[in-house]
Amino acid sequence: MTLNVPEKQVTAFIGPSGCGKTTLLRCFNRMNDLVDVARIGSGQIRIDGINIYDPQVDVIELRKRVGMVFQKSNPFPKSIYENIAFGLRLHGIRQKAKLDEAVERSLRGSAIWDEVKDRLHKSALELSGGQQQRLCIARAIAVEPDVILMDEPCSALDPLATTKVEELIHELKEKYTIVIVTHNMQQAARVSDHTAFFYLGKLVEFAETQKIFMNPSNPQTEAYVSGRFG
Amino acid sequence: MKRFFDSELDALRSHLVQMGEKSIEQVRLAVRAVVEGDPELARQVRAGDDVLDRLEVLIDEEGVRYMSLRNPVATDLRLVVVGMKAGHDLERVGDEANNIAKRALRLAGEAPLKPFVILPRMAAIAQEMLRDALDCFLQHDNDKALAVIRRDQEVDDLHRELYRELSIFMAEKPDTISRALELMFISKSIERIADHATNIAEEMVYLAKGEDIRHVDELKKGPRPAQE
Repeated sequence: MTLNVPEKQVTAFIGPSGCGKTTLLRCFNRMNDLVDVARIGSGQIRIDGINIYDPQVDVIELRKRVGMVFQKSNPFPKSIYENIAFGLRLHGIRQKAKLDEAVERSLRGSAIWDEVKDRLHKSALELSGGQQQRLCIARAIAVEPDVILMDEPCSALDPLATTKVEELIHELKEKYTIVIVTHNMQQAARVSDHTAFFYLGKLVEFAETQKIFMNPSNPQTEAYVSGRFG
Repeated sequence: MKRFFDSELDALRSHLVQMGEKSIEQVRLAVRAVVEGDPELARQVRAGDDVLDRLEVLIDEEGVRYMSLRNPVATDLRLVVVGMKAGHDLERVGDEANNIAKRALRLAGEAPLKPFVILPRMAAIAQEMLRDALDCFLQHDNDKALAVIRRDQEVDDLHRELYRELSIFMAEKPDTISRALELMFISKSIERIADHATNIAEEMVYLAKGEDIRHVDELKKGPRPAQE
């Protein structure tokens, strides 16, 4: 398959369970490196022209550029502040003033600052599911990545928390390239600019989201987005 | 795969077909009432109009409900939108048939101005256009839809011809004015019915292909003559 993910836009991956959309997403920051069965064959994945599977690529550096947010929020069992500061320290930032500033910037950037600014040193695990997910997004953007991968980021959230995360995705695309895997078709329709439909490991159709949901070219795509699949 | 709510779209589809059949029948009877001077037929048309009104309301309810509850996309969404628009057009066809019937009642006691020639021809074409537009809905036949759109011009031309003829009548014999005026309005109603059939044909192309072909003048003129 050939797929061009446009910069600073939201690209949604849709398709039935097992079609390979999450597997492909995880290839974008080499999360599958330790999975024996997942191997990139003759293909290439390039970010800004650089093949990320080139042996010279530093995987830690790659994952700084390509952040990830998972289906289930997974904050570290540490304070809200430490959740954000951890990655920054890993990348060599030690001065408190710099860390403070980056923590505030990230939390503001993920629209959670007002809710947590008075309890930055409380455990992140005390936050609600929706807040935890936005904290994870804050943690991802703290290291100033270029790309954010989201694997069903709202599937465990209630509708209100989902709306907040979707609003956030809409704001984040001004600065970041976002790829989101979702089973929620309406979510793909609402938040993404382009949509890719996968089935049985193949890319069936990739087009502007409007086209996919209004007038798809492929009958399989039409059946899937209309809920007629199978 | 069949979805448990597919029957709701089937119902909407079938109500639109019922509206189509009923409106064609209304036009047929109304024009016969004029040509045969039959007040009984005219009254039958007037009594039948509320069937179309009720079906239009029903389709709107079904459409809004479906959009609210079923999140339709792509063809399903176009079917709902087109169903509601075509339902509106067919209701207006019914109104025009009703107007024709009203005038048929007024003309019923009067001597005809001359044998009816143009009016039945116009009405036959308008009914065929409606029939073909409805067939497009059932068969997703785009070529037929384009043919309907092109035929609108025939009805417009006949309307103009009749208009001229009736104007001459009125100028030469002032005692024919009231009858000629009724006929002019009837002709106008048929011309409007053909316009609604054209709208429906355009809606059917949108349903089948997702392309909006309204206000594309080339389609109405038909194929261009080959350039020398």
